[in-house]
Amino acid sequence: MATTIDSPVQEASAVPPAPGGSPRLSDRGLAVAFISPALLLLLGMSVFPLLWALYLSFTDYSATRDVPANFIGLRNYTDILTSDQVRIRALTTLLYVVGAVALQTVLGFAIAFLISRRTRGRGALTTLFLVPMMLSPVVVGLFWKFMLDAQFGVINSMLGSLGFGQVEWLTRQRTALFSLIVVDTWQWTPFIMLIALAGLTAVPNYLYEAASIDRASEWFRFRHITLPMVWPLLLIAVMFRAIEAFRLFDLVYILTSGGPGVSTETLSFHVYKVAFLGFSTGTASAYGILMVLVVIVLAQFYLRYLNKLKEG
Amino acid sequence: MAISIDEAVPAPVTDDAPTARRRGGTARRVIEVLLLVIIAVAMLFPVLWMLETSIKENRDVYAVPAKFFNFDFTLDHYKDVFVAQGGGRSDLSGSFLNSVIVAGASTVLATVLGVPAAWAYSRFTLKAKKDQLFFILSTRFMPPVVVVIPIFLMYRELGLIDSKLGLVLIYAAFNVPFTIWMMKGFVDEVPAEYEDAAMLDGYTRLQAFRKFTLPLLVPGIAATAVFALIFSWNEFVFAIFLTSSQEVRTAPPAIAGLIGGTTVDWGLVAASAVVFALPVLVFAYLVRKHLVAGVTLGAVRR
Repeated sequence: MATTIDSPVQEASAVPPAPGGSPRLSDRGLAVAFISPALLLLLGMSVFPLLWALYLSFTDYSATRDVPANFIGLRNYTDILTSDQVRIRALTTLLYVVGAVALQTVLGFAIAFLISRRTRGRGALTTLFLVPMMLSPVVVGLFWKFMLDAQFGVINSMLGSLGFGQVEWLTRQRTALFSLIVVDTWQWTPFIMLIALAGLTAVPNYLYEAASIDRASEWFRFRHITLPMVWPLLLIAVMFRAIEAFRLFDLVYILTSGGPGVSTETLSFHVYKVAFLGFSTGTASAYGILMVLVVIVLAQFYLRYLNKLKEG
Repeated sequence: MAISIDEAVPAPVTDDAPTARRRGGTARRVIEVLLLVIIAVAMLFPVLWMLETSIKENRDVYAVPAKFFNFDFTLDHYKDVFVAQGGGRSDLSGSFLNSVIVAGASTVLATVLGVPAAWAYSRFTLKAKKDQLFFILSTRFMPPVVVVIPIFLMYRELGLIDSKLGLVLIYAAFNVPFTIWMMKGFVDEVPAEYEDAAMLDGYTRLQAFRKFTLPLLVPGIAATAVFALIFSWNEFVFAIFLTSSQEVRTAPPAIAGLIGGTTVDWGLVAASAVVFALPVLVFAYLVRKHLVAGVTLGAVRR
């Protein structure tokens, strides 16, 4: 696409032409020509589909039946918002998001803090810690499904040699969601660590020097220098993770498929079940639109905050 | 990793105060290092365990209690990843090839569309530029499971279901916001004065961009493209819902499909996961300097 854009000037010679000698695009035209292909792709692949989903959410359309969609107004929405099932899924999702993000933040920041106090081996350590984050959720899910297997999983095997009994990590109501949180934490703690480390290493040294001249306590330095300097960046990381955790699908799909029962069925997974197993496309679209609204609100917070950070 | 570690604080803060605090210093340092080692082991254990499983004989894979060291070594699982049982190419290797094609093509498309747009956003004053940029980034935040429903219907109308082109398009659409944000940072670092000077010499602005700015952007473009490549390579949700046939299916759903049956060949799963993850780790290592920007979709730069 971009190739068609620069064709008007392609013939211009390599020697600097006389000013105004060649056909030139105005800056404005150039900006439009450069930006619109990208925006068109986004409109076609993101905005248009969402608008379609918005339309479908007011209908009883089903992707498998060959009947045209009937307009049913807000019924999908009222059904969803009053349904107990959805409330349970929303609660599961909330537990998952809060649990995973909180755990990652504490761990990630602690690791970053420990690493930032080392002089030697810092680069190598960070590199090692970042491995989980770069892996595909599919690979991570499979790793852990294997390790958490009740019969021959290595986790139970290790617990066994310590004298504990077998734990059915992924097939018990109580442990399944916990396992999911642990796996997500394993994968994404490095993310928080990476960003916290970027914040920690950016704290100017003279602040600490000034504090040590004043004989400020360790805790005081942490509380009044380190934390305030790192906090803005950390908050960005936390919000980013919260959005990601809210959208999460692949890990649930691979590790538990929402089970046992519906104990790990997050909203994302529920949308999938309604849309691709129940084929109630209309209802699923309404779900989707509601989820998109939540994401948009979260993303707005994130972007506003980011903006403030950049300007400040 | 090397991000900001290179320009990090020169020395740890505790050590340059030889005061009373020194007393507990050594013990404390030991504890801290010990903690780090424990955490590092915990973080790396799953990866190591997968590596080990991929080179174990089958009966050792399922051994209870687990065998950590004295297992029988084999490379059969890796052979199974690439070679089918009766000889010839395996299904998995076909999926890997599909992944290469889809990830590569979508990265090229996202780069070709995203880089000029990033340059334009960086250089020109546009109406509601900030809003446009935020809008672009927020499309990247959409839950894939939700987007895939209308995309599925749309592709069904267009005949793009179960086609590589369909995957390439949706991956490109997911990578364009990232490319624009990431590249805008790189373009911002190149002084606009270079172009102004070139234009005083009689170049058009477009020529100035192509001859002077673009060459300076090449390292940034490479880093951005590597991230886009990793995102496309790892992507699972669209792949599993928009493709079904062996000819089109990429590696993530193919690997996930290995655990679908009643018995699971975990050795094969481990080997294919290792083969799948290895290029990602190599590429991630190459772009380690830009990791903070990369993983936050170009939003946070240091």
